[in-house]
Amino acid sequence: MTDIPVLEVEGLTKRFGEHTAVDGVSLRLASGESLAVVGESGSGKTTTARMITGLESISSGTVTMGGRPLPGPRARTAERLAFARRIQMVFQDPYTSLDRHQRIGDGIAEVLARHAPLHGAELTRRRDELLDQVGLDRRQADSRPRHLSGGQRQRAAIARALAVEPELLVLDEAVAALDVSVQAQIVNLLAEIRGQRPISYLFITHDLGIVPHLCERVVVMREGRIVEAGPTAEVLTDPRDPYTRDLIDSVPRPGWKPRRRT
Amino acid sequence: MTTATVPLLEFDSLRVTLPLGGTQRTVIHRVDLALAAGSAVGLVGESGSGKSLTARSVLGLLPEGARIEGDVRFDGASVPAMRQAELRTLRSRHAAMVFQDPRTHINPLRTVGDFLTEALVSVRREPRAQAEAKVVALLREVHVADAERRMRQRPSELSGGLLQRVMIASALAVEPRLLLADEPTTALDVTTQAEVMAIIDEARENRGLTLLFITHDLALAAAVCDRIAVMYAGHLVEELPARRLVGDAAHRYTRALLASRPDPTVPDARLRAVDGRPLSAFEAGPGCPFAPRCAAAQELCHRERPEPRAVADGRAACHFPHAVDPQAVDLDAVDPHAADTERTAR
Repeated sequence: MTDIPVLEVEGLTKRFGEHTAVDGVSLRLASGESLAVVGESGSGKTTTARMITGLESISSGTVTMGGRPLPGPRARTAERLAFARRIQMVFQDPYTSLDRHQRIGDGIAEVLARHAPLHGAELTRRRDELLDQVGLDRRQADSRPRHLSGGQRQRAAIARALAVEPELLVLDEAVAALDVSVQAQIVNLLAEIRGQRPISYLFITHDLGIVPHLCERVVVMREGRIVEAGPTAEVLTDPRDPYTRDLIDSVPRPGWKPRRRT
Repeated sequence: MTTATVPLLEFDSLRVTLPLGGTQRTVIHRVDLALAAGSAVGLVGESGSGKSLTARSVLGLLPEGARIEGDVRFDGASVPAMRQAELRTLRSRHAAMVFQDPRTHINPLRTVGDFLTEALVSVRREPRAQAEAKVVALLREVHVADAERRMRQRPSELSGGLLQRVMIASALAVEPRLLLADEPTTALDVTTQAEVMAIIDEARENRGLTLLFITHDLALAAAVCDRIAVMYAGHLVEELPARRLVGDAAHRYTRALLASRPDPTVPDARLRAVDGRPLSAFEAGPGCPFAPRCAAAQELCHRERPEPRAVADGRAACHFPHAVDPQAVDLDAVDPHAADTERTAR
């Protein structure tokens, strides 16, 4: 472990015309650490994730990974590839993020050939290792996405992201679309992966229930700003910000009754 | 059943098949469930469990080509046997439904006011002014501030939470006896969900409505319902009072679902995954549909489908139901999963 954070975000801002979607967000993620960014729709959490991964342009502020800035719009391909090897993203709906014409195993092999780069038997061995790690068997590796369940597709998306051995995995609502009994599998899989290799997670979610199982720290976003940040256990049991409290109080649990605020 | 009165809604060995891929496939294997007038029942299940189709069968809204065995009775009358005119009366006067995504159930080009008064004016022949006054009052009842202005707006000008309140107002406009709510808050943020559920709960209380609440969220269902019915792969696998859900659920699937969503504010509450994925009804084999994923499954479970049997004041279709220690019942502090074999996802 080094002192240089894997990810450092300073004053990140995104304006869409008059509207400020993300307003001065600062984050720091140490090597091997897992941070949750929690918020409701319109909080700016996804836009923040997209700016960090370079999928959205930045209005102002900086993103640095391991002390180096995000490649800008004029960056050369080699720079972009080098950046892509450090950070990978898993999206909410693996059906739209996987190529529907490509077999799952081939999709992983393609990433390995491009980024690793591996060939022949070495590539096959590594591909099978990744499939095994996320719990997909041979038959599933030979399938196209539409023949897999939501949970299996999300496993495939995770395997593909892990293929480049990134330092940081950005998970944008990665378990939100899954059935309850399958969500837990994917959360446990992510926890297991982090136990085996040095990898950091930026876990974007609207669902507080999953956060304690995956993240040591949490930031709560509202209307583009961070309203509260701290260790997960502290924030969830003793929130300082009234909005955080509201968010926690809205999660159904045994003995809970829905309440109107207005 | 100890009461002699007719339940407002009753599913009697309901079985539904649909023509899919050239063959008639079973989408609901068996549902037996009775809702007493004024009660609230949560029908809980994951994708493919048949919960939404069960709700739709109440209004005769099953897809083309559906074949129904058994019966669904509304106030004693068989819904599958109803003629079109009777079905229209059922839908326009006695039972109303609120869906998951309000935007797909409202005309985006018409105003909220047009939408809300349409049924009253065109079906019930009420004068427009009277209908308008009525729906404005309804919007206030579901806590829509500035109701008159909202009446003139179009759906695109309203947030998801506000639009869902409009849908609830529209459901209440026909003064139904039964409200069917199919995942009404799944598309909403968690804070908005709490508000919308509170509004449904309040309307139910004030109007003495009977509620069938369809959801994938056990904790949410338990919060607003008297009884919980759990579906898996087209089977109703367990039914019990909501207050006993956490402590006394007997079916292994119900318990597994509860353990997959622990309370986020309880430190060290462990997340227990269930291997595999939820089966669709037509994939269920001859045995218990949950057997392939069940940690407690024995040879019998794979071979023979369990019949629903009485467990305390509920029912469970499980060969080896989780035994509840009678001494421990009703203690909130008891860890309901302590006796389960721990399973972790791979």
